[in-house]
This record gives sequence, structure tokens and C-alpha cells, in this order.
Amino acid sequence: MVEIGSPKVNDARPPVQAAAAERPALRLEQVRKSYGQVLAVAGVDLAVAEGEFFTLLGPSGSGKTTLLRLIAGFERPDQGRIELGGQDVTSLPPYLRDTNTVFQDYALFPHMSVAENIGYGLRVKGVARGSRGERVDRALRMVRLEGLGHRRPNQLSGGQRQRVALARAIVNEPEVLLLDEPLGALDLKLRQEMQLELKRIQKEVGITFVYVTHDQEEALTMSDRMAVMTLGRIEQVGPPVEVYERPATEFVAGFIGISNVLERDGVRFVVRPEKVRMLVAGERPAAGLHTESGTVDQVVYVGVTTRYLVRLDRGEELVVVRQNVEAAGPAGWVEGKRVQLAWAPEHTFVLERAKNGGQEQR
Amino acid sequence: MEGRLARLGLQAWSALVLLFLFFPILLILFYAFNSSNVESWPIAGISVKWFAVTWNDPEVRAALFLSLQAGLTATALALLLGSLAAFGVHRLAFFGRDFVSLLFVLPLALPGIITGMALNAFFNFNGLSLSIWTIVVGHTTFCIVVVYNNVLARLRRTQGSLVEAAMDLGANGWRAFRDVTLPLISTAVVAGAMLAFALSFDEVIVTTFTAGAQNTLPLWIFGAIRFGQRLPEVNVVVSFVILVTIVPVVIAARLTGGEGVARMQAGGRN
Repeated sequence: MVEIGSPKVNDARPPVQAAAAERPALRLEQVRKSYGQVLAVAGVDLAVAEGEFFTLLGPSGSGKTTLLRLIAGFERPDQGRIELGGQDVTSLPPYLRDTNTVFQDYALFPHMSVAENIGYGLRVKGVARGSRGERVDRALRMVRLEGLGHRRPNQLSGGQRQRVALARAIVNEPEVLLLDEPLGALDLKLRQEMQLELKRIQKEVGITFVYVTHDQEEALTMSDRMAVMTLGRIEQVGPPVEVYERPATEFVAGFIGISNVLERDGVRFVVRPEKVRMLVAGERPAAGLHTESGTVDQVVYVGVTTRYLVRLDRGEELVVVRQNVEAAGPAGWVEGKRVQLAWAPEHTFVLERAKNGGQEQR
Repeated sequence: MEGRLARLGLQAWSALVLLFLFFPILLILFYAFNSSNVESWPIAGISVKWFAVTWNDPEVRAALFLSLQAGLTATALALLLGSLAAFGVHRLAFFGRDFVSLLFVLPLALPGIITGMALNAFFNFNGLSLSIWTIVVGHTTFCIVVVYNNVLARLRRTQGSLVEAAMDLGANGWRAFRDVTLPLISTAVVAGAMLAFALSFDEVIVTTFTAGAQNTLPLWIFGAIRFGQRLPEVNVVVSFVILVTIVPVVIAARLTGGEGVARMQAGGRN
């Protein structure tokens, strides 16, 4: 249990690499929840280590928000067990759980000032006024809202409200902090700023974060580990690099980044667009590369990169992404142009559902 | 030029409509200060003597007292029952909820004569003699509606995640209600109570069927006009009723941004 009142600031921990912690901050065991006929969470097992930034990533309707609400205690599972810091909390109401939530709509109390909002949790727990004020001030400083404590939530911008919601949760120093798409309502620039900010704050306080998002980029940039969910199940758990580079299922491969799924000799495999090389006319592929020929179908200029849609002579369409290192497409790869594509077999990965299964390389 | 003409025309028209609505009321307020007991134009002179006469009239005093007592009691009952009903309908999902909600609102839309006759028959059938309590029951039926409507509308406009946020921060159900729900709906509750009292204070039809030998203020006015007695006193009493009715309505409108009053009138009564 995190002791209320013990500041954990500056407890810099290295990012947790493996789930195998002695006593996980959060453990789920065969958690199921259905609403009528709809199975929202279909038997989830999960362990999140102390101090970890853990992300639940999935499309809407994948059960990630329901899972978060089950952890917070707003919903009761039909089946399974939820442990916080080694303690079984499955049947405890939210107010007896050592979790705090940053809500998607922030849920700031409109009749209280910013400082009263942030101090509410401490007030309910009976923390004396003096130390409460101190901790509220510290939280305000941490989210860079010094001096705005007396304002009402409706006098703040969206980004500021988001910070208040974060401060209100974090000031209680919960065992696990739950964040439900907290950046969803912000515009792109502010969102990217807040991603870095959240990461900084998480490192600073060392609290375990469970972060729900449908934004794959957010998940990849912020997480120590992430779980990809669909249809109430976890498809894959692992650090972002592993999930991106070695997706375990076709769903994961398709949901994160652009994936080219090909089938050769009865084996289905995936190759990422940035791993495919386009050879200029007459260029010899390096030894060991697998090559195929095709025709450029579409050219999409996206600023940093250019995206080519290439129709292979063997039928499939492949997306190839090239960094725009030089000013324009150097070899004049325009629509209709014949091209040679090459990729290293070790940059492909075989999908689990392939006939001979496993993670072997091609 | 045409735009300006049209605007002038609209302004004149609005003034006429307002005059149509409020001229009779202004006239009564004016006559309350008439020094003579004969209503003639122009009035004989300006005087406040009828205020003194009315104030010292034991019948008027008894009627005023009864009206206040019945209105306050009906309002208190309506506050309790109306807000509980609103919480129930808001929080619980059950089969036929919309129908139940309609049933709560119906008494305001029902013609008063139906409510009055039904209650009268019910009291007679059960051998209950008509008293202040039968008046209170009659008034409560439609007072509940304005409280219910106001509280329910506010609850629906309040973010559902706020109560969850309070519980997430350690407040149990009762604490979350006290710290979050109650402060957010309080103005709607007060507005509902004000409107309920205003409705009760000038109600005639249901009261006619549920009052015994005693008169409420509106009933006294009604009787006095019918028999053509003490018209100067009637003017004073009517002026007073107008004041007592309008003040809470204005306060309620302020508290709810005008919506609460619109909801009261939508019922068709008053």
C-alpha cells in the first residue's frame, strides 16, 4: 500500500522491462464482464508491475474502458479476481480502493475551485487542512498550474482542465492511477505536449499508470509495456518495440502501423512498409534480400515521407514508405512506373495463424 | 429603411400585446389605492386606507393564514416526494420508466376540475371531512410536478461522471451526494419549491372541491366578487396575491435561467 502523505517525488525508477515483479501493483485473473448478450471483457489475465506505465490499446468497443472501470470499481466483474498491491479488491466499492481515475471528460466539480477539486480526495480522507494545502500546492506546481488554484473549472482551457484532473488524481498517491483516454479531447499539438508531460510526471512520482487509449502512436511513445485488446481479449502484451516489430497476431499487425500481409509458399507473413526498399533501375539488390517486382499504383506525399502503393506482379498490393531525404522522389517513381522491391527476410514476421505456426523467420 | 419600419412595427405590436396582458392587472393595482369605494374613472383620490381596512378584516386574515399554511405544507410535501421521485426516475432503469415519468407530470396537465372532483369524491367516499389537510393533498398533487420536473431536468444536465469521480476520490454514496449532487441541484430544488408555492397560493379550482367551510385567499376573493361585496378590499387582496405569486416566480426564473418557469407553464395550469 502506498502510504498517504509519504511523498514519493523523485523516486526515479528505471522503466520496468518485464512483468515478472515480485508483487505486482495490479493483477487481474480471468476477469469477465458482460452486459446482457454483449461480452465486454472476456477473461483477461494481466499483471502490471510497480511503477510501470502500462497502456491498454484497442479500437472502440474492445473492452479497454470496461476493464479500466472494473479496476476502478465502478463495475463488478461477473467472474475473476482483481488485486491491488497484493490485496483482493474484487468486491470493494471504488471509495475503498487505492486507485484514482483521470476521466475522459475530466469530471471536475463545477461548484468547487481548482484547489478544492484537487484537495477533495484528501479532505474526504480527513487530511488536516495545513498539510492538505501544501500537497495541493505541490500538485499544482507539478502540473504547472501555480496560481490558478482559486479559479473555477469553467474558467480554464481544455488543456488546463486536463491538468487539474490529473493533479486531483495524483495528489492522493494511489497504488494505481487509471487514465481513460485523458488526451482524447485535446488538439494534436497539445496532445503531443501532454504526452511528454504525462510521461515526465509519471517518472517523477513513480506511481503505476494504467492508461487507456485507441491511439497507437500514443501507446507506442508513452508505454513501458502495452496490451493490445480486441473483442474483450488481450491479443498481445509487451514493450512497444516488441509489439510493433513482432506482432503476435494479424489483428495486432493490422491495428498498429501499416502492415502488408503476404502469402508465399503457404505461409502468411507481414512486412512493414518502412522495411521495404525500392530499387532504382539497374540497381542490384544486396545479397540475401528477397525481391519482387511490381508497378507503382499511387503516390501519396505526406511531408516527412512519401507513401507508395505498389501492385505486385503476383497480385497483392503493398504499401512502401520512403523518407523524403532528398527534395523530391529521386528516381521519379510516378504512377505506372515499374519497380523492384526488396526486403530482408529477418524483417518479416510470420503470423501465428500460418499453417506451420510459430514465430519462425522467413 | 424598410428594416427600420419593420422593427418599429414589431415593437408597437409587442407593446400592444403586453398592454393586453397586463393592463387589467395594472388597473387592479391602481384601484387598490382608490380613496372611494366606488370604482369610477378617474378615481376619486389616492389613499391607502383600504390596506388598513383589509389588514384588520378577520375574514381576510383567516384566509391569508390558511393559504400560507396550506401552501407551505403542500410545498414541503412536494419537495420531499417530488425530489425523491426525480432521483428514482433518474438513477434507476426499470421497465416502464417513461410511463411512470409521464404519470408524475400528468396532474399538472389534467384540468383542475377533474383533479378536484376526483379528490372530492374520494374524500366523501372514505368519510373524510374536508379540512386544511384535504386542501394540502389537493395542492400537493400538482406541486409535486414542478419540483419533480425541475430536479429531474437538472439531474439530467449534470455530468454522470461527477458522482463517480467523488466516489473514486474516497467518498461513499452519502458523502458524494452531500458534496456533489446536492450542491449542483440545490438551485433547481429551491426554484421548484418557489414555483410550487406560487401555484398553490393562487389556486382556485382544486381548492373549491377540497376546502370545507374555510376559505383560502383566492376563494375569499372569488366569493367576495360573486356577491359584489367589499370590492376595494378585493383589489388590495388581489394586489397582494399578485406580489406573492410573482416574486417566487421571478426568483425561480433567475435560479434556473428561465427554464423552470417555462416548465411550469407547459403544464397548462395557472
